[in-house]
Amino acid sequence: MARVALTARVPLSRIAHARSGDKGDASNVGLVADSAARYEVIRREVTAERVKVHFAQVCRGRVERFEVPNLLALNFLLHDSLGGGGTASLLTDAQGKTHGQGLLEMELDVPEELL
Amino acid sequence: MKRVRIANGQGFWGDSVDAPIHLIAGGPIDYLGLDYLAEVTLSIMMRQKLRNPQAGYATDFIDFIRRALPDLVAKNVRVVTNAGGLNPKACREKIFEVARSLGISGFKVGVVEGDDLLARLPELVARGHALKNMDSGEPVASVLDRVTSANAYIGARPVAEALDGGALIVLCGRVTDTALALGPLVHEYGWAADDWHRLAAGTICGHILECGAQATGGNFTRFWEVPDLWNVGYPIAEVETSGEFVVTKHPGSGGMVTVDTVSEQLVYEMGDPSSYLTPDVAADFTSIRLAQEGTDRVRVAGIRGKPRTPFLKVSASYLDGYKAAGQVTVSGPRAIDKARLAAEIVWKRLERAGVTFAETNRVTELLGVSGVLPGILAAPADPPEVVLRLAVRDNDRGKVDRFGKEIAPLVTAGPPGVTGFAGGRPKAQEVVAYWPALLAREEVESRLEVSVEAI
Repeated sequence: MARVALTARVPLSRIAHARSGDKGDASNVGLVADSAARYEVIRREVTAERVKVHFAQVCRGRVERFEVPNLLALNFLLHDSLGGGGTASLLTDAQGKTHGQGLLEMELDVPEELL
Repeated sequence: MKRVRIANGQGFWGDSVDAPIHLIAGGPIDYLGLDYLAEVTLSIMMRQKLRNPQAGYATDFIDFIRRALPDLVAKNVRVVTNAGGLNPKACREKIFEVARSLGISGFKVGVVEGDDLLARLPELVARGHALKNMDSGEPVASVLDRVTSANAYIGARPVAEALDGGALIVLCGRVTDTALALGPLVHEYGWAADDWHRLAAGTICGHILECGAQATGGNFTRFWEVPDLWNVGYPIAEVETSGEFVVTKHPGSGGMVTVDTVSEQLVYEMGDPSSYLTPDVAADFTSIRLAQEGTDRVRVAGIRGKPRTPFLKVSASYLDGYKAAGQVTVSGPRAIDKARLAAEIVWKRLERAGVTFAETNRVTELLGVSGVLPGILAAPADPPEVVLRLAVRDNDRGKVDRFGKEIAPLVTAGPPGVTGFAGGRPKAQEVVAYWPALLAREEVESRLEVSVEAI
C-alpha cells in the first residue's frame, strides 16, 4: 500500500534559522536547519534556482549554493545584490543584513511529522 | 590542562564602548581582541594622517586604554588590536602618554608595520603586479590616481612575534580579524607554520569571535529565546593545545551560547565553506563538529585545514564620485500614493533643471512597505505612514548637491502630510569605494616589521 506523506506549506522560519552579511557586492546568506531531518528538507527544497526566484527584485546576478552538512547548513552567495556594495551603494541595506530574514519568508512543503 | 582564554570585545568600528570593559571586569581572560577597522576606515585615517603626522589610528582605542589600562596591567590581560591603523607608532606614543598621566609603567607595547602599500603601489604596478579588482577584474592602474589607501591583510605570525617579545598590547594595522585570536594561540602553543589543522582551528575560533556578540545571542534569528540581550556577554573561547576549544561567556551576563548561535555565526560571511582563505591557512568549515557541553558552553572540534595560498588579500580604497541621500515621512490616507507622487516630483523637477541621473545611480525606496526586501514580504495595501528615501550618486558633485536642494520643497509644494524633513539639505559626500585584490605574499612579508618597546 502506498504511504501518503502529509505535508504542510509553511515559511522556512518554521524549520530553520539564518544570518546574512556582505561579501563585496554579493550578499552571503547562511541557512541553518533545526534538525538533521529538517536539513534534508532544506537541502532538497531550497535550491539555488528557488532562491534566485525568491530574491528576483533584489538579486541581479547568479546564486551560488554550498552545502555544509556538518552544521546542517546551506550557504548562499547572491551575486550583484547590494547596489554596488559597501560604501558605494545607495541602498538602505547596503550590506544585505536583512537578506537572511527575507529568505526565512520563503514558503515550502514540509512533512507534517517534522513540524 | 592548559587553556588559553581569548575574548573579543569589539566586533567592528562603532561597536559597544563598554563591552571590552565588562569582559575585563566580568571574569578571567588572558587575551582581548579588538577590531576597530571597517573596510574603508583606513582611507579616512590616511586623510587624518596627511593633515597631522601624529594622527591616523583609532582614537576610540585610546579612550578604552584610558579606562582600562590599570586593570590590563594588574590582571595581565593582553590586548591584540588593529587600532594602530596607518600609524601604530603614533598610537603607541599616545598610549605611553596616557600611561604616564595615570602613573603606570612596567609594560610593553608591540607594533606591527608593513601592511601599508599606498606609497609602494606605483612601483608594484610597474613591476607587473596588476592588483586586479577581485569583483570586476579591472587592474588597479585604472584608478591609480584616485587610490586613497592600500593595505595588505597580514596574518597571525607577526602578532605572535610581538607577544613573544613580551608585549601587553599589540598594535597592528590591517591584520585579519581571525589573527586577533590565532596570533595569541601561535604565541602560547608554538604552532608551526605548516600545522594546518591547528592553524585552521585557531582561525575558525577567530571567525566565531570576530563579530563580538553575534556569537552569543546578538543578531540571532529566534531573538525571543535570548535572555537579557541588553546585557549581552561578549564571546570568550577557551582553547586547548590540540586546537579544540569551547565558546562561552562570563557568568551573569546576558545572551546565550548554543549550537544554534555559534552555527549562525559560523555561516556569517563564510563564502566557500571548504576553503576559507586567510594569510595563515585555508580552513575547512565542513570539518567542524559542534556540541553543547553545558549551559552557555559549546565545544568546537574536528577542524581541518589545508596549506595557505601564495597570495595575500589587499584592501584598497579609491574615490569614486559623490553621493547623497534624503528622506521624508509621509503620513495619513493614501500614504503610498503620496510618497510615490513626491518621488516623481523630485525626479521631474531635477530633470526640468537639467539634472538627470542614470538609472543605476539613483534609488527610490518606500520604507515601511517592504522597501528593503522588495517582492519578499507582503506589505499592507494602505499603511498609515511610509518613509520615502531618495538617493543619488554621480561623479559631478554639483549635480549631487542640486539633488539635495529638491527635498525640502516637498513640504509645501508636494502632497499633504509630508514631514520629518530635519537636519538640513542632504550634502554630497565623497564615495570612498573598496578595491579588493591579491598580491604575492613575499612582496609584503619580506618587509613586515615588529617592534616592542617598554615604558
